[in-house]
Amino acid sequence: MSTPIWITLLNIFGVLIATVILAAVLTWGERRLLGFWQDRPGPNRVGPFGTLQVLADMIKLFFKEDFIPRFADIPVFVLAPTVVMATMLIAFAVVPMSPGIGVVDLNIGLLFVLAMSSIAVYSIILGGYASNNKYALLGGLRAAAQTVSYEVFMGLSLMGVVMMSGSFNLRDIVNAQAERWFIMPQFVGFIVFFIAGIAESRRTPFDLPEAEHELTAGFHTEYSGMKFGMFFVGEYLAVILISALITTLFLGGWHGPWLPPIIWFCLKTAILVAIFILLRASLPRPRYDQLMKFGWKVMLPLALINLLVTAGVLLWTA
Amino acid sequence: MNFVFYLTAAIAIISTIMVIFHKNAVHALLYLVTSLLAVAVIFYQFGAPLAAALEVIIYAGAIMVLIIFVIMMLNQGDSTVVQEQAWLQPTTWVGPAILSALLLVQLILLVSSGQISSTQTFHYIGPKQVGIALFSHYVLAVELASMLLLAGLVGAFHLARRRKIDQGDSNNAI
Repeated sequence: MSTPIWITLLNIFGVLIATVILAAVLTWGERRLLGFWQDRPGPNRVGPFGTLQVLADMIKLFFKEDFIPRFADIPVFVLAPTVVMATMLIAFAVVPMSPGIGVVDLNIGLLFVLAMSSIAVYSIILGGYASNNKYALLGGLRAAAQTVSYEVFMGLSLMGVVMMSGSFNLRDIVNAQAERWFIMPQFVGFIVFFIAGIAESRRTPFDLPEAEHELTAGFHTEYSGMKFGMFFVGEYLAVILISALITTLFLGGWHGPWLPPIIWFCLKTAILVAIFILLRASLPRPRYDQLMKFGWKVMLPLALINLLVTAGVLLWTA
Repeated sequence: MNFVFYLTAAIAIISTIMVIFHKNAVHALLYLVTSLLAVAVIFYQFGAPLAAALEVIIYAGAIMVLIIFVIMMLNQGDSTVVQEQAWLQPTTWVGPAILSALLLVQLILLVSSGQISSTQTFHYIGPKQVGIALFSHYVLAVELASMLLLAGLVGAFHLARRRKIDQGDSNNAI
């Protein structure tokens, strides 16, 4: 270790605290942006422009009764919300924010992120199972089927990037994009990954596991207080993580003219988060069978063709 | 390094024992996931990061999810715990315990006699080496496995296929 210990610690806690705070602020930001796009004010009462709404929500969540239904499987019920938050925060460790910022430089960084996102599924499944409630169970079933099938081509869509940069290391992938961002040669991969990312983080239009109109709140129907808050923050962490990953993998990471690297990284990520919210504001939900059919019959072949063409072109030019 | 290894190994062993003895199926599966994660950490420590990542993605992240999915659909209540208690009598696991104890003795003998190299020198095997090995030396095994998987896929498709005739009947009935 050549870097002094305090820089490492600063890196770890800086990234950790920044992501948690950003996820919390996003709960307010999303409602404001939704309000803006849907022509209504959104939360604007607490503090200037409603910025203190987050604080008000947190106070409310902390003082709510933390209710555990007596028919629940209690240890699993308590474990479930922690899984999503823990895995998402751990996944942030490998994302390189700028040349100097980033917790670990892992050789298999990309696989690590995929592994963490596949572990995060447990949170929903276990939440749905432990609640011992029909709505929660249905939500959990849907979430499991959806994430397991969208994970398949989420991984496949990234292999084009891996082939072009020749590494699973996220830092190497960013460095390989110094001259040309991967979104240009890998546009299909970008689209597939973006859609799979929405499905993985269970955002509208793919939020069928928690579709209010048919399942009340899906897998977190029985959750209240801070346990619900963890599911909620976990979802926003997933949104930020997917945006940060798209920035890293397809939009050149911290590369960009004039501005310092970290600003470029944050700017690109913020724009992607805004697109996530815009999609939620504007798109309706598909039916569940449409969702699955779309995944297996459109996205998977697209990802495979992209993989094949990328491999062919790389072999041709090599 | 050594301490981390022994800690992870202890976690793996304890959680595997819990898998066997736990009465509740979902809790036992959660211990199994823990055990798989611990094994992944051990892989990583011994210079096989790709194996570690695949262990988490495929075993912990996909196969175990599907198994929990099925158990969740069965939605067994507390009655199965009682049933499990009745099944897990000491007499049923005496046989397997003796046989595994023999295996353990064999393993200890092998390790202590030095036939298996227990030196700490191990080399790092990255994704690239694994890929090269898979598609040169083991290419036949890869092809055979892919054929087996394809056969499984075709079988699953056949079982889940909607029968055209039934649909025609129901249309006629209407």
